[in-house]
Amino acid sequence: MRTLKFLLRKEFKQIFRNKGLLPMIFVAPVIQLLILPLAADYEVKGINISIVDHDHSTYSQQLISKVTASGYFQLADYGNSFQGAFKQIEKDKSDLILEIPQGFEKNLARESHEKLFVAVNAINGVKAGLGGAYLAQIISDYNNDIRMEWVQQLKFNPIPQIEVTSSNWFNPHLNYRFFMVPGILAVLITMIGAYMCALNIVKEKETGTIEQINVTPIKKYQFVLGKLIPFWIIGIFIFSVGLFIVARWVYGIVPVGSLLLLYGYMSLYLVALLGLGLLISTFSDTQQQAMSITFFFIMIFMLMSGLFTSIDSMPTWAYYIARLNPVTYFIEVVRMIVLKEAVCRHQKSFPDHGWFCCVSEWFGNLEL
Amino acid sequence: MENEKKIGNGKLKVENGENTFSIFNSQLSTVIKADKLTKRFGDFIAANEVTFEVYAGEIFGFLGANGAGKTTAMKMLCGLSTPSSGNATTAGFDVYRQTEQIKKHIGYMSQKFSLYEDLTVIENIQFFGGIYGLSDKHLKEKSNELIETLGLKNEAKKLVASLPLGWKQKLAFSVAVLHEPKIVFLDEPTGGVDPVTRRQFWDLIYQAADRGITIFVTTHYMDEAEYCNRISIMVDGVIEALDTPANLKQQYSATSMDEVFYKLARGAKRSE
Repeated sequence: MRTLKFLLRKEFKQIFRNKGLLPMIFVAPVIQLLILPLAADYEVKGINISIVDHDHSTYSQQLISKVTASGYFQLADYGNSFQGAFKQIEKDKSDLILEIPQGFEKNLARESHEKLFVAVNAINGVKAGLGGAYLAQIISDYNNDIRMEWVQQLKFNPIPQIEVTSSNWFNPHLNYRFFMVPGILAVLITMIGAYMCALNIVKEKETGTIEQINVTPIKKYQFVLGKLIPFWIIGIFIFSVGLFIVARWVYGIVPVGSLLLLYGYMSLYLVALLGLGLLISTFSDTQQQAMSITFFFIMIFMLMSGLFTSIDSMPTWAYYIARLNPVTYFIEVVRMIVLKEAVCRHQKSFPDHGWFCCVSEWFGNLEL
Repeated sequence: MENEKKIGNGKLKVENGENTFSIFNSQLSTVIKADKLTKRFGDFIAANEVTFEVYAGEIFGFLGANGAGKTTAMKMLCGLSTPSSGNATTAGFDVYRQTEQIKKHIGYMSQKFSLYEDLTVIENIQFFGGIYGLSDKHLKEKSNELIETLGLKNEAKKLVASLPLGWKQKLAFSVAVLHEPKIVFLDEPTGGVDPVTRRQFWDLIYQAADRGITIFVTTHYMDEAEYCNRISIMVDGVIEALDTPANLKQQYSATSMDEVFYKLARGAKRSE
C-alpha cells in the first residue's frame, strides 16, 4: 500500500507538470464536445438540384416551386436539355437532376399517369440517398395534392388513403445532437484511456526510468496500478465535466437514466481501455510507435462503433467485428442510459467488457 | 604514502597510489557468488559459464569490451533476467527464486540516467526512498543529509532535468545507496562525465564502500579500473582474467591496465 501511495503521488505530480498532456486532458475534450456535435450532422440541407423542364406548363411550375420551397434543395440550374444539366453534375455544381418530360401536364390530366426522371450524383452516398428520398417524398406529396384537387372537382367519394403518422420517442424533436453528444463523450473517454495510458508507460521506457523501477522491490501489479489509477480517475473526471457541464449547459441534455449504472459501467469500461493502453505500451518502445498503434485501434474502434453509422446496417462480418469492439457497447450504453433510462437488464454487454478487460490486462501484465 | 584499510575480512593496501587487496582469512564473506552462470539467446551465448565471487566491502570492477556480456551477467545477478543455466546468489539470495529479496538488498544505477527528470531533487529522493520502504521520519533525515552532502541545498526544489550531468550522476548514485543496500551495481556510471566530476564520483563510491556497501562496477575507463580492489575482464562472454590490478599488470607484464585490457580484448570476436 505504501509503495502504491508513493507511485501515485509521483504519477500525479508528473501528469500535472506535463505541459503537453494537460491541455490534451482538460481542454481538448471540451473543445471536441463543443464542436463535433454541431458539425457532425446527418441532416442534409442545401442539395443543389438541376431541373430540366421539357413541359413548361402550370403543373411543372407547381412541382418546381414545391421542390424549391421545401428548404432541402437549391435550384442550381434550370434549363431544357439533359446534357446541359449533366454538365452541371460533372462540374460538381449540382447533385441531382429532375427531368420533367414533355407533355407532363397533358398526360397527367388525360391518362392520370406520368413518369418523372431523377438522376442522382451518388459520389456522396449519404447526400445522394437522402436527396433522392427527399425528392421522392416531395413528388409523392405533390401527387397527393393534385389528386385531392381532382377529387374535389369530381365530387367523388374520398379515395381511402392510408396515412402514416409517427411519434418520436426518447428524442422527440429528432435533435441530432442528442444522439451525438453521448456518443462523442464515450469516444473521448476511449481516447483518454488508451492514448494517455500507453504514452505514459512508454515514456518511462524511453527515458529508461522503467529499468530503474525494475530493479526496485516494486511489484508488477503495483507498477501497473500506479499507472492505471490516475488515468482512471482522470477519465471519470472528464466524463463528468462533459456530462454535467458541457452536455447539460450547452446542449440541454439531462441524463434520464440511473447515474449509478452509468458510472458503474464507465468504471468498468475505463479499466478495459486502460488495459488496452497497457497492452499497446508493451509492444512499443517509443512514444511515436505507441501513438501509431493506438491511432490504428482508435480509428477502427470509432468507425466500427456505431458512432456515425448504425452497426445494424453493416455487412454481417463487419457487424461481428463491431460486436467485438468495446466502444460499440459503451456508446450504446451511454446513449441508452442518458436518453432512454435503460436499466441493467437491457445491457447485454457486460460479458464483452469482461473478456476485454481480462485479455488486455493479462497480456499487458505478462509482457511488461 | 602507504595506508591500510580493513574491508570485511580482507585488507586493502594503498601503496604509492596502487591498490592491493589481499585476503588474509579464508572465511571472507561472499556477497555475490556466480557458478557457471550462463545466458543463451537462441544460439548466441551472451554469458558462458561465468564463475566468480565478490567479497563483502570490496570494490569489484567488471570490465569487458562492448558486447562482451557484462550487462547480461549483471542483469542476471540483479534478478532482472533468468539465467539459462548455472547458479548464482546475490546478497545470499538465489537469482532464480528470490529475485524479490535480491531487489530489496541491492542498489542499481545504469549508464542511462534514470531518475525522473520531471520531478525535483527532493521528490526523487523521497520517491525512491519511499519505495524501498524507508519510514517517513527516516526518509526526511536521509534526504536532508543527502542534499547537504551533495551540496544541492539550493537545487533541492528544482527539477532534476535542470541539473548538469555530473550532478545528476552523483545524485543517482546517492539515491541508489539511500537504503543502505548490501551491494550496489553500477553500470558504466561515469559515461560522459568530466574528469573532475568523475573523481568526485569515485569519492562517493569510496565513502559508500567505507560504510560496508559492496560496489560492483562496470567501466570503460582504465584509470577507474585502477581504483578497484579487484577486477575481472570479460571477453566474448567468458571471464578471461580476475585479480587485483597490480597482479594483473604483473601477470600480463604490462605497465598499465590499458595494456592489460588491450592484450585481452584484442582477441575478441564479438563487438556491438
